[in-house]
Amino acid sequence: MLWLTALVTLALAAAVHVLGSRKAVALADGNFASLHSRPSYHGLYCALWTLIAGLGALLVAALVSRGLVDAALLSIIDERAPDMREIERQLALRDAYAIARGGVASSDDALRQALGEAASRYGAIRLVVVIGLTLAAAALAAALTFVRLTRDWRARNRAESIIERLLWVSATIAVLTTVGIVLSLIGETLVFFDRIDWQIHKYLFGTTWSPLSGVFEGKMDADKVGAVPLFLGTFMITVIAMLVAVPIGLFSAIYLSDFAHRNVRSWAKPLLEILAGIPTVVYGFFAAITVAPFIRDAGEAIGLDVASESALAAGVVMGIMIIPFVSSLSDDVINAVPQSLRDGSYAVGATKGETIRQVVLPAALPGIVSAVLLGVSRAVGETMIVVMAAGQGANLTVNPLEAVTTVTVQIVALITGDTEADTAAGPAFTLGFTLFVVTLALNVLALRTVRKYRELYD
Amino acid sequence: MVSSSDISAIHGSAAAADRLRRRRAAEWRLKAYGIAALMLAGAALVVLVGSTVLKASLAVTEHYVELGFELSPEEVGTTPEEIRRANFDGIVKEKLRTRFPSLSEDRGTRRELYDVVSGGASFELRERVLAEPSLVGTSFDFPLLASDDVDLYLKGAYGTLRTAERSGVLSPTGTTGEIRLLSTVDDFDSLLDEVKDTLLEEADQLRRLAARQETGRAVREEEAAAAETEAERERLLAEAQAYADQRDAYDRQADALEARAARPGGTEALGPTTPSVFIRINGGVVRATEVSNAAIAGEVMIPLESEAEAPPEDWTYWAMSTPERSRRISDVQIVVVETLREEGAVSASFNWRFFTSADSREPELAGIWGAAVGSFWTLLVTFCLAFPIGVLAAIYLEEFAPRNRLTDFIEVNINNLAAVPSIVFGLLGLAIFVAGIEIAGVEIGGFMPRSAPIAGGAVLALMTLPTIIIASRAAIRAVPPSIREAALGVGASKLQTSFHHVLPLAMPGILTGTIIGMAQALGETAPLIMIGMVAFIVEIPGGITDSATVLPVQVYRWSDFPERAFEARTSLAICVLLLFLVAMNALAVFLRRRFERRW
Repeated sequence: MLWLTALVTLALAAAVHVLGSRKAVALADGNFASLHSRPSYHGLYCALWTLIAGLGALLVAALVSRGLVDAALLSIIDERAPDMREIERQLALRDAYAIARGGVASSDDALRQALGEAASRYGAIRLVVVIGLTLAAAALAAALTFVRLTRDWRARNRAESIIERLLWVSATIAVLTTVGIVLSLIGETLVFFDRIDWQIHKYLFGTTWSPLSGVFEGKMDADKVGAVPLFLGTFMITVIAMLVAVPIGLFSAIYLSDFAHRNVRSWAKPLLEILAGIPTVVYGFFAAITVAPFIRDAGEAIGLDVASESALAAGVVMGIMIIPFVSSLSDDVINAVPQSLRDGSYAVGATKGETIRQVVLPAALPGIVSAVLLGVSRAVGETMIVVMAAGQGANLTVNPLEAVTTVTVQIVALITGDTEADTAAGPAFTLGFTLFVVTLALNVLALRTVRKYRELYD
Repeated sequence: MVSSSDISAIHGSAAAADRLRRRRAAEWRLKAYGIAALMLAGAALVVLVGSTVLKASLAVTEHYVELGFELSPEEVGTTPEEIRRANFDGIVKEKLRTRFPSLSEDRGTRRELYDVVSGGASFELRERVLAEPSLVGTSFDFPLLASDDVDLYLKGAYGTLRTAERSGVLSPTGTTGEIRLLSTVDDFDSLLDEVKDTLLEEADQLRRLAARQETGRAVREEEAAAAETEAERERLLAEAQAYADQRDAYDRQADALEARAARPGGTEALGPTTPSVFIRINGGVVRATEVSNAAIAGEVMIPLESEAEAPPEDWTYWAMSTPERSRRISDVQIVVVETLREEGAVSASFNWRFFTSADSREPELAGIWGAAVGSFWTLLVTFCLAFPIGVLAAIYLEEFAPRNRLTDFIEVNINNLAAVPSIVFGLLGLAIFVAGIEIAGVEIGGFMPRSAPIAGGAVLALMTLPTIIIASRAAIRAVPPSIREAALGVGASKLQTSFHHVLPLAMPGILTGTIIGMAQALGETAPLIMIGMVAFIVEIPGGITDSATVLPVQVYRWSDFPERAFEARTSLAICVLLLFLVAMNALAVFLRRRFERRW
């Protein structure tokens, strides 16, 4: 119903656009130079204000009236069943809406029936009010702006300033996203810390991770929320991944930029791009079905005891995923080193390899370090590979052949698990906040490294 | 002055030649490392794609078993409502029973017989009859979908049936029940050897167990030697003795098995841990329970037509090397399938079902169409949200924003957002879009239905926004100032310059960046799992507020299921996903090559 109202508003705006343009044409009376703005801008001005007024009224009226109806229904619930728990009140509320829509409620009693009737009644009133307000606002805006159109009306400037404000809003949405992330994460983090009585050191330095086993009466057992096994697992898998990605990525970048023929570059770069474009869930499947059993069988052939979800499997596949990052970023940086430095080095008799090792790499080092840091940041935040190939048990070990768990796996396990949303949200969002802070720090560090140590050539 | 002879002395000396050699070797090594790195990366890609395609090949076809049906009007009714309510499942089962009466007596074998056909086959029969009610009362052939294990067996996933040369005349001693089959020649030598090989494997395992007992004994004896009290020492020595006894027992068993295996000829029993052997003779099938060089003792699964002896051309045997316990298809099912195959009732066809049906818990019925439609809706929402906002933001930041600290902050912000892990966006979506949060007592958000494309699309839009903004900014920056100045020179306003002159020229670059962003969004799994798009959805989503799932999440869910047939289907779904991604990236590259202008 409300979508229809939005469409009607849109149609109204289009209509007033046409009318406004026609009025402007009529005002010009054949001499278009007498108008301040072109006729279409007059129409645009009216249309924009109609849209803003109509859609704005729709949004505000819909949200506010929904809140009012909710409050009215909740007061009915409180009147008839004052002792209901919060979760039952919410269920009754949803039932009221379901009955009004013609669907099925969770149970059938006098309360539900009364609520159903009230919901239908209030719903009808709400619909009428919201639609009425929207159309009224849109029509009012259309009429007011239409009346204002004159020959000297600076329609273009006004229309353009509205559009410019829209541009500004679009740009701030990106900022709002960051604000939203920080707010939502911090909110739940603070609730969580409150539940463990602000013993944050136990979260950061404790070694037992079993947050849902110590919940009672709204408090969590602070001894069971030690995240060190998770940090250690993430660290271990990241180290293994970088041990795979950095040598392969760096050496291939060096080869491609300084040794390779142009033809080799033309197929090698796309090859690495393909590695970058493969979704991580595919890597996870590959790790779980192919790599992990292979490592386990290979280990058992030598006589080692390898878990079927070893950190080695997840780390190696994650390394393969990160190779393109390291490689392409290093490649860019190495190419950015000016040819004059290389030429000077050749001129004093150095071989290509010596030039690379002693001139080019030191010059490109800040960029390469930054690339490695960005790769680490990517590895730390990676979810699907570890969810599918690494374990779920918080195992405190440095043996890569055992199963470990990481921060991201625990976030997924907590959110998609069977526990009540309120309880699970605390540790999950806190872990998410920790992850966000760490990756942000790594990115800022990478950026700073490049800025501070970069040498500007000519 | 250094003379030329001095120079020659320095550079021509043996030490200099040595240095040169080492420098060249180092150079060569660096080159080799580079090539090796590229080879490794290429090998990883080849192994990844190759193993996926190989696994997917098992899901490309599906098998059907054709049986003749004759449906009477009393069974199924005549009107559509009656037909819809008729018990087609029972009809199919009865058909199987009448076709294989000897296998329908025992409850266990009857269940295995029913499991040859998929659970969804009866629904398909019903659909066929509903579409053509004139079939009622006539006899017609209908292909029934084979179950996932039978399908895998027919593709050779559980091993293949072996048959070998036979040259003797085989005489049965009966037509039903437990019979013996005697050949005039030692036809079953190879079978006997195979069974003896399994005995050797078993002996091997027992030897390994014995070795472990030995380790246990040695450890206990050490501990006993280091024990402090007499009682302690007694206890440990007793435990050591127990380990030794167990080890000896295992060793004895292994010795017995090896002796049996080493003995030429003799009779060996067949069971769930040995290869399965079936004899086909006189129109019947016998499952062997004992095998010797020239004779088989077994139970009749499909009755023989006569007790007459059969010349070598008229009988055959099938041997399945994988023991029954190690495979998911039972002996009964093999007999049924092979009998039907000999009659030509087994057919294979391309697995269109995979591309047109929605998810199912049965692997042979599962398809990706539901997930594909869900992905389409989600990407549509993502595009509709991220593209306008991203392009408008980029225009603002490039053309209109004053160069002050606020816009610097916005720029840093956007660059950081591009590097935030995707799971954090999932948490954001969960908190604000689905659950709603409270700020200063005011509830914001929580207005989106969980696991609907609109919520998933909103989260992915937030994730793709930085990518689009960065790509659009680069494209807009690439348009030379001369265009802008020329537009301003003929009297255009700033906004007109941006929208009528700069934007069209930057559009190819913007579109390229958008397509690449969409391709990334298509492959995203973690944030959608967070907001709940990971449920089991059987209906095709009709709009953006219906519950849905997306293709990568479908892959994730299927990878968890234990059925072996799902491994092949997951791989095929991955191939479809990769194809889409390759297509999108190829489109982006094509756009870039064709339309991007170099100023």
